[in-house]
Amino acid sequence: MTATYEKIATTTLGSSQASIDFTSISGSYTDLVIIGSIKTATLTNPACYVRFNNDTGSNYSVTSLYGNGSSAGSTKFNSQTFIRYNYVTDPNTTNFAPVIMNINNYSNATTYKTALTKFGLASIGLDYTVGLWRSTSAINRVTFTLESATNFASGCIFTIYGIKAE
Amino acid sequence: MATYTLISSVIVGSGGAANIEFTSIPATYTDLLLKVSPRISSTNGTVYVDYNSSTSNQSWNRLYNSSGSVGADTGSRQYITAVTSDYTANTFGSTEIYIPNYASSNNKSSLVDTVQENNSSTNLQALVANLWSNSAAITAIRIVPFSGTFVQYSTAYLYGISNA
Repeated sequence: MTATYEKIATTTLGSSQASIDFTSISGSYTDLVIIGSIKTATLTNPACYVRFNNDTGSNYSVTSLYGNGSSAGSTKFNSQTFIRYNYVTDPNTTNFAPVIMNINNYSNATTYKTALTKFGLASIGLDYTVGLWRSTSAINRVTFTLESATNFASGCIFTIYGIKAE
Repeated sequence: MATYTLISSVIVGSGGAANIEFTSIPATYTDLLLKVSPRISSTNGTVYVDYNSSTSNQSWNRLYNSSGSVGADTGSRQYITAVTSDYTANTFGSTEIYIPNYASSNNKSSLVDTVQENNSSTNLQALVANLWSNSAAITAIRIVPFSGTFVQYSTAYLYGISNA
């Protein structure tokens, strides 16, 4: 029997690094799930950016719900050059923030691609974001970076899983 | 090795249960996923989540919709919500707790989706960031109501997720 979930790749940072980059993602799955534990090296609560296939065009739109422990809010941005997440992580603690991203039907060549993502850290807040990439290309690369060229801290772990609907 | 593996499950019997506890959790996985469908015998839906029998060094940050009002707040003991005795009969809550790197020496952060739905004006849905500030590997998880007990047919399923 074929496993429904399969690990595609894992990245564990041995030192601080500017990006988490999954490349050459196989198109042989139906959906993708990315699980991360992240921490910034310097800046408190930077935004986290995600791009697909290294597309730097204004082809992304973003809708977010967020909370910072005392108030909740929402945002909507169109024609962005990346998907943006708030309330990510804090270099002043020893705590890593969980990240869960679901990308459904990522490998089809007909429809635009949607990513549903949750970030959360008890000392910072929570972000629940849907991002749309207006491209019919199959996703073969997912890249995470941080605001103001902040680095991801040593010890960050990201794993990308493929899900097969069979 | 299968990516998702059921470690253990609990289905509460006719006598109810004061808590649901998973013990002797092996360190052989990468992450843990706990899926809970709870209903409790009291009217307070708070259910605490304790690791390794510890009730200290915990905190949470929450984004919620409570009966139509959206807000955010914080608290001091890891939690999920359960359907309560005054909710529509035969209704149970729905919760997922994802705990990455549960066997590492980092403090243990988790992400929680937790809801209680009801055929009336009262409900709660929340996204919660729980934190246990302790470097020990998680070997036990106990969920315990603030008051009352878990009623019959409440369930909890603990999965191990491996990236090996």
